[in-house]
Amino acid sequence: MKATLDLRRVGLGLLAPVLAILVAFVVTSTVLLLAGDPVVEVWTQLLTVPRPRLVVAIINGASVYYLSAIAVAIGFRMNLFNIGVDGQYRIAAFAAAVFAGQGWLPGPLNIFVSLLIAVVVGAAWAGIAGWLKVTRGVSEVISTIMLNAIATGLVSFLLFRVADSTAGSNVTNTKTIPASSQVPGFALVPGTPNKIYGFILLAALVGVAYWVILNKTRFGYDLRATGRSETAAVASGVNVKRMVLTAMVLSGAAAGLVGMPLLFGQDYSYGTTFQPGLGFAGIAIALLGRNHPVGIAFGALLWSYLDQQSNGLQITVGVSSELVYIIQGVIVLAVVIAYEVVRRAGLRMEQRRVARQLSEEPGSPTPEGATV
Amino acid sequence: MVAPAVELQGITKRFPGVVANKDVTFSVQRGTVHAIVGENGAGKSTLMKILYGVLRADEGTVKVDGQLLALHSPSDAIDAGIGMVFQHFMLADNLTVLENVVLGAEKRHGIGDRARAEIERISADYGLNVHADHLVADLGVGIRQRVEILKVLYRGAKILILDEPTAVLVPQEVDELFDNLRELKSEGLTVIFISHKLDEVLSVADSITVIRRGTTVATVDPKSVTSRQLAELMVGSELPSASTDVSTVTDRPLLAITGLTLAGAGVRDVLHDITLTIHAGEVLGVAGVEGNGQAELVEAIMGMREPTAGRILLADQDISDWHTREIREAGVGYIPEDRHRHALLLDAPLWENTMLGHQTQSPNAKGVWVDAAGAKAGAERILAEYDVRTPSIYVTANSLSGGNQQKLIIGREMSYTPRVLVAAHPTRGVDVGAQAAIWDHIRRARREGLAVLLISADLDELIGLSDTIRVILRGQLSDEFDPDVVTAQDLGAAMTGADQRDPGTVADDLGTRHTEAGPETHGVEEGQ
Repeated sequence: MKATLDLRRVGLGLLAPVLAILVAFVVTSTVLLLAGDPVVEVWTQLLTVPRPRLVVAIINGASVYYLSAIAVAIGFRMNLFNIGVDGQYRIAAFAAAVFAGQGWLPGPLNIFVSLLIAVVVGAAWAGIAGWLKVTRGVSEVISTIMLNAIATGLVSFLLFRVADSTAGSNVTNTKTIPASSQVPGFALVPGTPNKIYGFILLAALVGVAYWVILNKTRFGYDLRATGRSETAAVASGVNVKRMVLTAMVLSGAAAGLVGMPLLFGQDYSYGTTFQPGLGFAGIAIALLGRNHPVGIAFGALLWSYLDQQSNGLQITVGVSSELVYIIQGVIVLAVVIAYEVVRRAGLRMEQRRVARQLSEEPGSPTPEGATV
Repeated sequence: MVAPAVELQGITKRFPGVVANKDVTFSVQRGTVHAIVGENGAGKSTLMKILYGVLRADEGTVKVDGQLLALHSPSDAIDAGIGMVFQHFMLADNLTVLENVVLGAEKRHGIGDRARAEIERISADYGLNVHADHLVADLGVGIRQRVEILKVLYRGAKILILDEPTAVLVPQEVDELFDNLRELKSEGLTVIFISHKLDEVLSVADSITVIRRGTTVATVDPKSVTSRQLAELMVGSELPSASTDVSTVTDRPLLAITGLTLAGAGVRDVLHDITLTIHAGEVLGVAGVEGNGQAELVEAIMGMREPTAGRILLADQDISDWHTREIREAGVGYIPEDRHRHALLLDAPLWENTMLGHQTQSPNAKGVWVDAAGAKAGAERILAEYDVRTPSIYVTANSLSGGNQQKLIIGREMSYTPRVLVAAHPTRGVDVGAQAAIWDHIRRARREGLAVLLISADLDELIGLSDTIRVILRGQLSDEFDPDVVTAQDLGAAMTGADQRDPGTVADDLGTRHTEAGPETHGVEEGQ
């Protein structure tokens, strides 16, 4: 019974993203046709097998996206829209970079304490929004958007104060992290000297922790119950205010880690060129991956794949690489609709099946469970 | 012979997995009140939606005045002179009666004086006592219903369908409605009246069609049938009854509330100085018109609202400041009024629902971890013991019928060694079979020495199950009524405040619920 149910559920779960990707394919092709661009060449470029160097870049990009999407998903699971992951990861990465760059502590200990700082700063920044929601009823959507703007300003301001600027360059950076505290990568892909971030393990660890906490603990049950029905959660004894605050803080803590693979595995400092916009991509990927740790992994890989494959568009077929934003945007829009359609269809199917199985039971009365 | 006003022949309607109507055949004579009775889920509403053009039948024909009709939408039905008054009123509170009535029918008589004159004319002709310029927000339930009827008449209906019109009314208002229906009938209109309350049907209908499991089983003459016979036609077997046997009340108080007050947003307290005691083995019934504080009383007991003053004792522990979770862990079972909003996670599997509210208790948890194996075993046991019909514990709560959902909730609340059971409208919206089972469980709880607080709008249920009945009105509890001697009429009078000697209070209450004095006087007299 359970096995067949799960198969059906997995099938339904896969149907939605596949549909969404198909819709994105059709819409993007239409845009290309209308603009008079070479449709076939564009898809050929996007769908070629990536070179080893790009494979590494795709995996690295995905690991960062993954952390961001998990941070967003924690909020989503209880109907909190944490749009502030973007601000949270930047301010956390900045704080960690400033500390790590000082090199006060020896190698691994420096890394560990820096991670801790990133987590605490991210959590605190998100905690502001949580606290405002709990005490003053401020929508977390509004407050996190505002906090993003404040984080941008604050980081630029502080970066200028602590900057370790090189003469003759207008790039402003924090102090470079000592070599002993840089996290080495793994040379897993043959054919390229580029390495996969060591902190891909951190992303995997966060994914596992997310799954365990949500699905295996009482806290996770309460959190999911609150997301499914706040009123029922209250009646069951969940302290919803405390839950909102805790979920925001956890989401912010995960957001604090987003910049870490970049900081310790690639840039070794925080500067004006530090990768922006990861938080917003995280929202899209969490939606695409349906807040499931495995789904999010696939979503992150797809996002990163599209990013990297689009780089060649301008050179090889003369189409702007921004085309990928259209694809990504349509995927997100379509996936939201597709999930709802599939959810309703799934519910109808289940009601029908329950009604059928009950009416097959000998002697039982006609079920009225499936009436409209 | 004159063609019947409405004639249904062989109506069949299938929904995925279930046949809602099967070969339904009956006819309604002009100028009569024709009742359609059947238990919840028997297919009455589906049938009426077909007659009103909301749903289309898979098979069968509908004739009005001998003419075959193809009803594709409610506007086809309205054109054919069929009007429907839904159970849930569809009125805009912030508009006047006139504005509500003309809304969507502006073409008939405009939106100004012509429409106003037409409304006053209809109101006078049929004794509806509705005034065009009153704001709907100021009107009581009884008048709102008459506005709905007027809306339908204004659109030219000759055949009125009333879906469970008495469900929202207190006994006195029901009498007024029936007077209105007789008036409509005498003016040559045809009324189709849907109900599952048999006494009402017997008192007002000229003809009764019984529906069971989606099909018509008989059309009977109310003069030649008793309510018991009718009920057995409806259920197809022996009737369950709500009565309890010998008293099991002890002198050990389990739930004692003293001076409980909950301040409201306005001047009046939502709950004012509530004092009650429930002993082990006792069922205390609370009657009241919805919105008089019963929901707030339950939420205060369950720790979902912080009382302004007063104490709540569970056995000898003061639980007034406790959090909901502590109260539940201490042994207070809770059957909420709105099971979809407060008692179920509709998208979650059944085994996650059978632990809801008890997620910290054995066998559902081990320390900070959820014990999924324990919770699933517990779910299997609860579902079997409480006869919840489901293929497995992995389907979502959404896929169960209302009765099965409610049995799950009651089973769950009875399964974690409760001492007190707070049950708000436990049989609302469930079929007769589930209702009987739920009554059995409440009786069992009483036998096992629980203190039960039963809040219900079904006065027969209250009278049948309770050891003591109190009425809640404007946040205050009445004195005790003895269920052995009290009648539904007595309770109805207390529920509207019509039994109170102080004329000022009566006027104040009626003023908010009914702006018209006329018909109410009649009801008040009957109540006393």
